[in-house]
Amino acid sequence: MTPITTHLIEVAYLVATALFILALKWLSAPSTARRGVWAGELGMVLAIGGTLLHHGIVDYRWIAIGLVLGSIIGVPLGLVHMTAVPQRTALSHACGALCVTLVGTAEFYLRAPNVPRFMMAVLSLEVILGSLTFTGSLMATGKLQEILPQRPITYKGQNFVNLSLLGISILVAIYIVLNPAHKALFPLMIGIPLVFGVMMIVPIGGADMPTVISLLNSYAGLSAAAMGFVLDSKLLIIAGALDGSSGFILSVIMSKAMNRSFSNVLFGAFGQVQATAAATQEARPVHSATAEEAATILAAANTVVIVPGYGMAVAQAQHKVRELYDALTKRGVDVKFGIHPVAGRMPGHMNVLLAEADIPYDRLLDMDAINGDFPQTDVALIIGANDVTNPAARTDQSSPIYGMPILDVDKARTVMVIKRSMNPGFAGIDNPLYYLDKTLMLFGDAKGFVGDILRELTGGHA
Amino acid sequence: MTFDLINSLYVFMLAGFIGFEVIRRVSPLLHTPLMSLTNALDAIAVVGAIVIAGEAKSTLSTVLGTLAVIAAMSNVVGGFLITDRMLKMFKSSKPKKP
Repeated sequence: MTPITTHLIEVAYLVATALFILALKWLSAPSTARRGVWAGELGMVLAIGGTLLHHGIVDYRWIAIGLVLGSIIGVPLGLVHMTAVPQRTALSHACGALCVTLVGTAEFYLRAPNVPRFMMAVLSLEVILGSLTFTGSLMATGKLQEILPQRPITYKGQNFVNLSLLGISILVAIYIVLNPAHKALFPLMIGIPLVFGVMMIVPIGGADMPTVISLLNSYAGLSAAAMGFVLDSKLLIIAGALDGSSGFILSVIMSKAMNRSFSNVLFGAFGQVQATAAATQEARPVHSATAEEAATILAAANTVVIVPGYGMAVAQAQHKVRELYDALTKRGVDVKFGIHPVAGRMPGHMNVLLAEADIPYDRLLDMDAINGDFPQTDVALIIGANDVTNPAARTDQSSPIYGMPILDVDKARTVMVIKRSMNPGFAGIDNPLYYLDKTLMLFGDAKGFVGDILRELTGGHA
Repeated sequence: MTFDLINSLYVFMLAGFIGFEVIRRVSPLLHTPLMSLTNALDAIAVVGAIVIAGEAKSTLSTVLGTLAVIAAMSNVVGGFLITDRMLKMFKSSKPKKP
């Protein structure tokens, strides 16, 4: 063990830390973003390379097996289809949290009973956060992959059960902090949060996933930072803090975009209070239109704003939408996309799908950027979005989504909504937009209907 | 230990502020790649797992460490790979410089 190696490792970690911060800085704009990935990769290689020189390592066999197996598993996870990105992200939160929990457990059994109190407190935080994030993220993956039902599952006393579970695990943690010799209680400190993680996600519905994924992201980062405290590794603390603050900022943006608080997302399952609201509505007349009529109106328009939602992702309609964008642009129509922060199942979901379909990113505008344009817009075309366009959020104080910032599509001259049927959306909230005189309902599958409009557009004048 | 804890808390606090300021500037356009990139960076936990797996202090710690290396490494490889794939897709409509 030479001091030179120790210094070398320290320098490698220092440079890696700087590269990680630069990676996130470069990610701020699409033009420099890929440089950010390279910086991150270089930092990671330096950090892993440096660690392999660590003086405590006596046996490289298991490290090699772990690195190789992990890489083999990682490749398919990096090559999933773009529509599967939300569940892949949830799964990777689970893997990150699993790693942290396992390392925390190993650390405990190596050190116990000689664990200083402060270290034990942080270690408890690490494994509690890690294990609840692990099962919580697996549940989120299951819901997003539709292995598990996407609708929220609620029962009486749910919040009481969940909070008790969390409370008990914290009590166990406090007991172990005071008596680190009681090794037998440690499995309890992992087991209870594992159950809590499952129970926490059970009442969460699909529409709340963007907030929940961000929150789990934040937990995964915080647990990694806690691990850094235990191992006294500044590199880990910083990486964990960066990940934690990123997840936190995203959750704040997401919950603001839904006008809800964290606790409301976690403890107030959406979709139950609305049962009465949905029941009282009667059948009101709507205007429906055919693909031919829609095509005529679109062709005559000067400006069109397309508002995509989860329905577009489900129908895999993004490539057809691109063709529509091309066809209209060729006719001189100005086509833009208005994207609500919570459209889809994770932050930025719609942007990735539309970018995949080769739509230039400068045509993709977020809510604040596009809302001022609606009054000058000839046609707002809504594809598979519902609640994020619901004007009741602005006007109807009794609406469950009152106060939620929405895309002001109702200010456009004509509104077209592609929708399967008049069934209210996921949250079960009726949308007054559909009954406006200027609204045309285009009933059908998103991909099929856009295809029909395209045929009308290109067929007549090609 | 107390001294180290305070030191670590300073580092954590400063990193939290840097993270907040840097990430606040990320365009909503790139929120999905942001999440997958921070995920990959967070997999730096692999360095802790490597040490545990290689120290050979007990069978339990070696097994847990190896599993942890696998879990974290899948995030390293998968995370960087998918982030780069996503970012490659973001193209501007303005003509590209040759």
